[in-house]
Amino acid sequence: MDKAIKTKELTKKFGNFTATDAITFEVEKGEIFGFLGANGAGKTTAMRMLCGLSSPTSGEAQIAGYDIYKETEKIKKHIGYMSQKFSLYEDLTVMENIRFFGGIYGLSNSTIKEKGEELADSLGIGEERHSLVASLPLGWKQKLAFSVAVFHEPQIVFLDEPTGGVDPVVRRQFWDLIYKAAARGITVFVTTHYMDEAEYCNRISIMVDGKIAALGSPAELRNSYQAKDMDEVFYRLARGAKRTE
Amino acid sequence: MRTIKFLLEKEFKQIFRNKSILIMIMVMPVMQLILMPLAADYEVKNINLSVVDDDHSETSRKMINEIFSSGYFKAAGFLPSYQKAIYLIEKDKADLILHIPAGFDKKLIREKKGNVFIAVNAINGVKANLGANYLNAILRQYNISFRQELIGQNASIDRISIQTDQIYRFNPNMNYRYFMVPGILAILVTMVGGFLTALNIVKEKEVGTIEQINVTPIKKHHFILGKLIPFWVLGNVVFSIGLLVAYLVYGIVPVGNLIVLYGFIALYLLVVLGFGLLISTISQTQQQAMFIMFFFMMVFILMGGLFTPIESMPDWAQTVTRFNPMSYFINVLRMVILKGSSWSDISNHLLVMAAFAIGLNFWAVRNYSKTS
Amino acid sequence: MKCFTGWQGEPKEPSDMKRLWSFVIKEFRHVLRDRKTLLILFGMPVVQILIFGFALSNEVKDTQIIILDQAKDESSRQLTEKIASSRYFTLQESLNTYQQVESKFKEGKVKLALIIPQGFDHNLKHGNVSQLQILLDASDPNNANVLNSYLQAIVQDFNSSIQPELQLPFQIQTEVKMMYNPQMQGVHNFVPGVMALVLMLVCVMMTSVAIVREKETGTMEILLVSPFHPLMVILSKAIPFLLISILNVTSILLLSVFVLDLPVNGSLGLLYLESILFIITCLSLGIFISIQTSSQQIAMLISLMGLMLPTILFSGFMFPIENMPLPLQIISNIIPAKWFYIIVKSIMIKGLGFDMIWKETLVLLGITLFLIFISLKRFKIRLA
Repeated sequence: MDKAIKTKELTKKFGNFTATDAITFEVEKGEIFGFLGANGAGKTTAMRMLCGLSSPTSGEAQIAGYDIYKETEKIKKHIGYMSQKFSLYEDLTVMENIRFFGGIYGLSNSTIKEKGEELADSLGIGEERHSLVASLPLGWKQKLAFSVAVFHEPQIVFLDEPTGGVDPVVRRQFWDLIYKAAARGITVFVTTHYMDEAEYCNRISIMVDGKIAALGSPAELRNSYQAKDMDEVFYRLARGAKRTE
Repeated sequence: MRTIKFLLEKEFKQIFRNKSILIMIMVMPVMQLILMPLAADYEVKNINLSVVDDDHSETSRKMINEIFSSGYFKAAGFLPSYQKAIYLIEKDKADLILHIPAGFDKKLIREKKGNVFIAVNAINGVKANLGANYLNAILRQYNISFRQELIGQNASIDRISIQTDQIYRFNPNMNYRYFMVPGILAILVTMVGGFLTALNIVKEKEVGTIEQINVTPIKKHHFILGKLIPFWVLGNVVFSIGLLVAYLVYGIVPVGNLIVLYGFIALYLLVVLGFGLLISTISQTQQQAMFIMFFFMMVFILMGGLFTPIESMPDWAQTVTRFNPMSYFINVLRMVILKGSSWSDISNHLLVMAAFAIGLNFWAVRNYSKTS
Repeated sequence: MKCFTGWQGEPKEPSDMKRLWSFVIKEFRHVLRDRKTLLILFGMPVVQILIFGFALSNEVKDTQIIILDQAKDESSRQLTEKIASSRYFTLQESLNTYQQVESKFKEGKVKLALIIPQGFDHNLKHGNVSQLQILLDASDPNNANVLNSYLQAIVQDFNSSIQPELQLPFQIQTEVKMMYNPQMQGVHNFVPGVMALVLMLVCVMMTSVAIVREKETGTMEILLVSPFHPLMVILSKAIPFLLISILNVTSILLLSVFVLDLPVNGSLGLLYLESILFIITCLSLGIFISIQTSSQQIAMLISLMGLMLPTILFSGFMFPIENMPLPLQIISNIIPAKWFYIIVKSIMIKGLGFDMIWKETLVLLGITLFLIFISLKRFKIRLA
């Protein structure tokens, strides 16, 4: 399959509540795709389905060419994930975390060692690489989590609100990492509620009340909504929204 | 298989960095084994007897002498009236009152019958029972010697032609600690195995790292093995520390084969870990896991035959005990450590444990799902 | 908190009491949402009472006994018959060799055996002494003792029944009265103990964990920088457990009266007041622990190992304190549960009034005040 992600009427219901309502979209290989929306719009639910963490109620999807219902475990071999709640082990060191996740994804010991040291170098983590992750400042933790998520060079990496709570400088650095990964051919699927980050993506979609209300490149959307920036685009769309956090 | 290696590496690193766990497995066995048998002594000694002697006769004095020289009773006071003695019982300073009424001696000699009155503080049933029994036995003995003194040795009265000899097997000194220590070891191993496993997995749920695991291609059963193995090892470590302490402090050396002992524990740990695993799959927070675990642990311990014998339980309770893995464990520990039982003696227990282990772990694995 | 009494029509700031109340309601919601924990919070005392009341006992009944009959004569059969028909014993089997008996013991299948020697009948008829052997599994010494005395009683009864009837003169007769517990049920001992245990568990563990969890997840800091006095935050966590505990006391008492037939002999009001005192003691302890620890796991560990165990051991309800070596007896004096246990026993079972328990009440009060004092001190240090 050519497309990295392909969904058709993907839906998730919790009882009577429809969190994700028949969303249909495609993501190209190597794209940086932004999945925007207010809190409660259904972004995280959608992402969890695409990662194989949650089973859809109905609809179809293929991730990296694999079926979302029948081939979930295969999907997991080819993706990386960084959750909203920081998900590295705080009581292990930087290198130990890298070693663990590298090993889980089947990288050889020598690869892990070499690439691991490289990774720490490129992040600017010196001696701290042998200290517990808990002792790192938040910005470094986020960058580390991202790097670990792409350590095994997956086809797609899913990022759930990765830049929450960090300062603008760190956010900039983080997006540098994303660009580098995309340049290597990794498709990046990122959810965020920071509208300015939308400008960094190739294409974005905006979810409102569980549905995709807009889909396209930032420039296209600004044009069609006659807005000067994404904030305004979003505002125009979200005005009619019924669901807020 | 390689993934298990990485999982184990991570688990052990985390365990050794976790101070509270280390304290638990080192300090707890020592503390429990030393404190509990010291405190948990059900042996009945020092029964506090208060005497109200309204007779003041030679007979009553001799009787009282006999009673206290038996060694079972401690004098809780000689009081002038029954009322004052009751006050002692209310204050829990006396367990029994012996009231010898005025004129006892005269009545005994003239009317050939004398009455004494015993009041027992029966709140503690075991003590009361034994106390009353001892007192009665001493009085009967005194009765016989009193009678013999008056009538003289007569071959056809009071002759006991059946004598009984007691032989106390497996614990000739009637040391209550021999009884308690295996039970405490059982509690230790169960608590470490069950609690730590359950809490560990739920913590990953609470913190969110379990999501990271679920998103990787790690196979479900690999993940579970990666959790079970470290705590299985820990359980054995705790038991060994416990055995060592039991030997150093109480001089308890298992009569039976150590291989039989560890063999059973290997299986039992699987049961306990499986149970912890099961609980972790139904809890969302550490607090929940802890509470649910504590609840079951309490029921298991109470109904496990540790404090009161299983045979004394009503039938329905005995049936329930059949589903209590701990009762089997305590049984086997006592059997192997104190009696030297062997593989064939515990074969039944082994089978039941195997069934439990398979059942619980199977259930837990089924419950655990990487995709919700 | 000074209220801004500004212009007319401006709404006044809510009073401290109202604020506290809204906090308490929020905490209640938290607790009520956690169904599983709630179930156990209320279910545990019920289950404990039922177990203690109905399942646990030291009663001797239908105990399996093996008889090794080496005599195989009329008298031995009569004795066997007598033992088998007693409600205390059930004949498991008659065996033939000592080895067989030993292996039954090792298999854990039997706890006592009686060996009747050869020539039993002959000896009895000729006035000779027969030596019987009672083998006991002394792994459980107390049980062995009890079984021994019961079996001996039967044997001696048999002995006197085959002797010529004699009216023995100079008979000392004893009249025994069992106070407080005419049926000798163990229940009376346990109910006050269960009360102490449950209250301790709920109040100390739940309170400390609840407060520490806020610390762990960082929401505590948010609360601390708000205009609410931090003490209010802590109080609001403790109050729901106060109420839950009072409910637990009620359910235990109801069970005790209606299901176990154990009435409250003393004043109900006094019982509740003392219970509330003990609850506050435990809550203060929980609060103190939460101030000292930073992780839930540690709070749980301390509550469980550090408190549960000593409470069970030293409160006196499972194991008699007077049997313990002196240093342990002294330690038992600082365990609040020990005093509460005495108080409940005195009120519930002995029906005594305040005049008999004021001393224990004072001790409990003292412990409580001490805990509150050091909690406040440490709390201020933490804040600084």
